[in-house]
Amino acid sequence: MPLLKNNAFIQDSWVHLGAEDPLPEGGNVSIPFSRLKNEWESLAKFPGQLGTLLSNTDHAEDVAHFLPHLALVILPFPAFVDGRAYSIARQIRLLGYRGELRATGNILPDQFQYMAQVGFSSFEVSERFPLEVWQQASKQMSLAYQRGLYRRVGEAEVWSERHEETAPETAPWEEQPHAG
Amino acid sequence: MYRYDEFDHQFVRERTAQFRDQADRRLSGALTEDEFRPLRLMNGLYLQLHAYMLRVAIPYGTLSSRQMRQLAYIADKWDRGYGHFTTRQNIQYNWIKLEDTADILAALAEVEMHAIQTSGNCIRNVTTDHWAGAAADEISDPRPVGELLRQWSSLHPEFSYLPRKFKIAVTGAPNDRAAVKVHDIGLRLHKNDAGAIGWEVMVGGGQGRTPMIAVTVRDFLPEKELVAYIEAIMRVYNLYGRRDNKYKARIKILVHEIGAEKFKAEVEAEYARRPEQTTHVEEKELQRIAAYFAPPVFEKLSRFTPAFEEAKLLHPGFARWARNNLAAHRVDGYTIVNISLKPEGGIPGDATAEQMRLMADLAERYSHDELRVSHPQNIILPHVRKDDALAIWQALVPAELATANYGLAGDIIACPGMDYCSLATARSIPISQAISRKFADLDVQEKIGPVKINISGCINACGHHHVGHIGILGLDKKGEEFYQITLGGSSTESASIGSILGPGFAGHEVAGAIEKILTTYVKLRQPGEEFLYAYRRLGPQPFKEALYAAA
Repeated sequence: MPLLKNNAFIQDSWVHLGAEDPLPEGGNVSIPFSRLKNEWESLAKFPGQLGTLLSNTDHAEDVAHFLPHLALVILPFPAFVDGRAYSIARQIRLLGYRGELRATGNILPDQFQYMAQVGFSSFEVSERFPLEVWQQASKQMSLAYQRGLYRRVGEAEVWSERHEETAPETAPWEEQPHAG
Repeated sequence: MYRYDEFDHQFVRERTAQFRDQADRRLSGALTEDEFRPLRLMNGLYLQLHAYMLRVAIPYGTLSSRQMRQLAYIADKWDRGYGHFTTRQNIQYNWIKLEDTADILAALAEVEMHAIQTSGNCIRNVTTDHWAGAAADEISDPRPVGELLRQWSSLHPEFSYLPRKFKIAVTGAPNDRAAVKVHDIGLRLHKNDAGAIGWEVMVGGGQGRTPMIAVTVRDFLPEKELVAYIEAIMRVYNLYGRRDNKYKARIKILVHEIGAEKFKAEVEAEYARRPEQTTHVEEKELQRIAAYFAPPVFEKLSRFTPAFEEAKLLHPGFARWARNNLAAHRVDGYTIVNISLKPEGGIPGDATAEQMRLMADLAERYSHDELRVSHPQNIILPHVRKDDALAIWQALVPAELATANYGLAGDIIACPGMDYCSLATARSIPISQAISRKFADLDVQEKIGPVKINISGCINACGHHHVGHIGILGLDKKGEEFYQITLGGSSTESASIGSILGPGFAGHEVAGAIEKILTTYVKLRQPGEEFLYAYRRLGPQPFKEALYAAA
């Protein structure tokens, strides 16, 4: 599956382990959350970067403790109509997590902008759609009424535009920490 | 009334373009029907038995005459010359072509309207008291909060794929005309002892196959905290609402299963985690919106209106209509005109394009350019000088809009039922027509007094049968339609769910059964005792005897 990040397809630099796979010597390794919790004592000494794969029934507060040590959090959309991961993503960003937040599963262009707005920063997408479709889908709406969303260049919050003397700066969302 | 600024205009324009692209991709086959369905639903487009149905949002039920005329234009140009006003203060068109939909949305955008989130598993159109800003008993106009929530909920990225649909209703008056206790979230404005205004927040009411009355999670929430607090409720629901069974997916089931106390604790914990403690933007936005809802400039009129009184003496038909269809306005010399969309033998809530244009003209001339759609599927002219009521009545009579049955037995709520809806198990409209013919004599209706008869064509309860004083539920029994009768429901501040009286009836027996129930009531009531209160005092027994004992 292609990995979409910053409006481009890129190579995934992460190794994704299952519950039983042996841990490599180093590098970027993502581990299912239940295993991460169980093996944390040894994992904490892992020389490379760690990531985790959550399920959409995991609780953000249970993950909170690990977040400062993680460089990748993966959240699944088992079906595109299952919206739980939107809320978990938002909670994880509210907890201060600034690393890569990746959406996986049934990711389609028509939900792509919503995912970016709640803080997802990379997307495992189907081969069905060419890059232009994703680029187009990422900027369907230039306005949002809700405050505290992640925004890309050219997107604005209506209420802040109306009432903030200095409207919040619009910046690429990776560097924009003010989710909430 | 609220007016769009450049942002609102741009937002709706972009949304229309987005939908046009989605519909084109569906028509070209680039999107599968499974992928398209949630997208079209979030734009109000259903696939029904015979055609697509488009449901257009009328936020908090308020519209201008220009907007009403555009609804008439759409009915003429793209539908069959009529529309159906719904129990959630919207309008729906039953004969729409998919390829026309984007053009219709563009026509709506011209008059600051849309179909955003009138369907789908998202936050639906916010509804409110249809007499808002006019009612004599109102504490404060709830529509600014309605508009605030309309904006906040529009294309909310976090809450567009909820477990199930989500309905919010708001009332600013102690007499609840917005049925807030049977909504997913109900908001009731009230004053505390110090005279300050706050909101009671109720969660988990609903109808459908598991009717429930909402529980209070906050007694007195400051207005400026509404958005953040509701956001916390929504997050708890989005995370923990059931998704394994669509019939158990509404928030009422979550509240019921984990218990009100636990639910409340979850919401409070989520609310405490909110990062943005400042609310000055929300406050300023609410102020900005509230300015649009400033009351119109009313004339200083006398409480005594001789022309109006004289007209009643001269025209008995007008006197009857005035008695039943006018309501107390908060300003002397003014009245609220309730136009019944329930003519004898008609389809509840339907209006032709011509009728819409006439009502628009009357609103422009006599009601400060404002109309309302009510949750019981009627149209309201909210700010009318009593002395103009006769002229309005005279204009309504030839258009078959002057039926003097507001709040009476003929003022029936009914869903479209199996005549249109693909979910229905039985027809609703013919039952409603039969009852309204049975009670065609307005003298009889007036003698019976206020009663709410609500009809649903399936267990999903779009016709609100659970909260009808008399509820009728159409079901399918081995290929035959049959109808269950419930008594004692109410959607007001003293909300209750009706109880099933006994075995069901065939379609042709229903109107007769209702007549027996009401005859029994008239016989047993105490002076001035309305049907609902008589039922609450008497219980079901005398009605059971009337219906079943003789048989």
